Amino acid sequence: MAEVVLTEINKWYDRKVHAVKNVSLQIRDREFVVFVGPSGCGKTTTLRMIAGLEEVSSGEIRIGSRIVNDLPPMDRDIAMVFQNYALYPHKTVYDNMAFGLQMRKFRKEDIRGRVHATAEILGIQPLLERKPRQLSGGQRQRVALGRAIVRHPQLFLFDEPLSNLDAKLRLQMRVELKRLHKRLETTAIYVTHDQVEAMTLGDRVVVMKDGMVQQVGEPLELYARPATKFVAGFIGSPAMNFLEVAIRDAAGALWAEAPGLRIQVPSDQAARLRAHQRATLGVRPEALRPASASDPAEHIFAATIDVVEQLGSEILLDLRVGEAPIAARVDPSVRVKMRDTVRLAVDPARLHFFDVQSEAAL
Amino acid sequence: MLIERRWKKWSYFYIPLALFVLFALFPFYWMAVTALRPDGELYRAWRAANATPFWTLAPTLEHFQGLLSSTKFLRWLGNTMFIALASTAISLMCGLFAGYALSRLSFRGSEFLGTAIFITYLVPQTLLFIPISNIVRDMHLGNTPWALILTYPTFLIPFCTWLLMGYFKTIPRELEECARIDGATRFGAMVRIIFPVAVPGILSAGIFAFTLSWNEFIYALVFLSSVDQKTVPVGVVSELIRGDIFFWGQLMAGALLGSVPVALVYSFFVEYYVAGLTGSVKG
Repeated sequence: MAEVVLTEINKWYDRKVHAVKNVSLQIRDREFVVFVGPSGCGKTTTLRMIAGLEEVSSGEIRIGSRIVNDLPPMDRDIAMVFQNYALYPHKTVYDNMAFGLQMRKFRKEDIRGRVHATAEILGIQPLLERKPRQLSGGQRQRVALGRAIVRHPQLFLFDEPLSNLDAKLRLQMRVELKRLHKRLETTAIYVTHDQVEAMTLGDRVVVMKDGMVQQVGEPLELYARPATKFVAGFIGSPAMNFLEVAIRDAAGALWAEAPGLRIQVPSDQAARLRAHQRATLGVRPEALRPASASDPAEHIFAATIDVVEQLGSEILLDLRVGEAPIAARVDPSVRVKMRDTVRLAVDPARLHFFDVQSEAAL
Repeated sequence: MLIERRWKKWSYFYIPLALFVLFALFPFYWMAVTALRPDGELYRAWRAANATPFWTLAPTLEHFQGLLSSTKFLRWLGNTMFIALASTAISLMCGLFAGYALSRLSFRGSEFLGTAIFITYLVPQTLLFIPISNIVRDMHLGNTPWALILTYPTFLIPFCTWLLMGYFKTIPRELEECARIDGATRFGAMVRIIFPVAVPGILSAGIFAFTLSWNEFIYALVFLSSVDQKTVPVGVVSELIRGDIFFWGQLMAGALLGSVPVALVYSFFVEYYVAGLTGSVKG
């Protein structure tokens, strides 16, 4: 149980590659924080610096009350689960789990008790005498988890632990991880490139890109109020639609215009947008629906359907507004077919505007 | 269809394989037949009516008896064993640590060092023995087993280092990272996790090093002079070829007995060393 504080940490490789740039972060005690971002965004490097597997070029890492910059991994009281499980192939499951305790000079009976208790939690008791190569992917994953849990560390680190599993198992382990965290109440940092994992697991999510933190927030906050165009596009599936629009002042209101599209900017956003000539309009596919008679005309536009994807529970539409492609996610009861022109209504509260240059939310 | 396939398998696989096995094993067979052949048959002319060059009609152990009684073969065998084991142990030890360092620690010049070690392996022994013989003489090691135990590593260490370096590279880094998080020091993780996982690689390096030093000839010929100190390859050749007389039967008996330990070592560890050369570790 510990809080983790990163203060302006940087990582340089060979003084050439700036992999992590001025990352500052406060992770509260018992919090489950997810680092998410595309590959090469610095999330794993940050995790490895917290683990002590990479040196920190500058800045300070604190776990609990100790500054750990110069502590070797063994003294940081952490446990880590790796993507490829990293089970010791020459040891049985029992010995894999016991290794950390043996290294810390626990008594034999204590080790036995702890390993069995942990195995019980994870349902791997029948596997204790096997070698890792005799286990399936899901079982290995459980053993790797067990090896981390059995030590009761202050902090769990997860480096894409589910990405080697097949889709079904991944879903199952995701739920299990969440349950486990509830039960253990240990601070955890979880690295993934999968935004769904990030949204479902994280108490808070840290979105990173090019070594920089883009936004830190609770999952719904990231979804509803993305701080940058990158976050807006990264969180949510299918991804948010982006359109370059011109901002015009007419008839006492502000309008966002693009070929084939003219939408009134809601008054609460108008003040911030007035100073801009152009902006990137972002609207999520699920914020679009077929217009009904009661929808006001200033929030309706017409689009041509390119492709209809029937998913059963919903329909994904690929459409064109002018020349720009957009996606919409609509109710399965909607009857549409390819090449139709449909009138779509947009929820004005769910419009996002981003600066064209800086890509920051306006 | 099935018949055609069987025919193909024979012509592409079994027959070439059989030819190769025949080709590879024939010298051993020749060695064995010669060692068991009585002198009367040995010195019979090729064209003699009763010549049986490919088998013997009256196998005898007289050459083995002669070898063991008239030469110090057993003594040579012991010398060779001691020298091979000691130099293998030294080389394996150095190779383990050097290979680990070169594959895992990134320090200034590690790449260069790796290449430099490899280059030392490329210097032919036939050149290297000249300067080394100077050193051996200056250190008064000549005509002692230490002359070989300390010089064999000059080619064994680079060999072991490179083989083990390659093997260590196939072991996922995460294994030792995990061990270090679990509470092991770097050295502890190396000894408790990496070395046990690398056993196939270590064994194959050991087997090769052992074979190389067991069969080594030039250094042994140059640095050892008294009959008591000789190794099997040198002893057999220098004591059983007197002037221009070849004691073929005893020569071959010596060669046969000399290759037994190596063959035994290989057959015991064959599975490990195949795994060691193909490098397959699953985490």
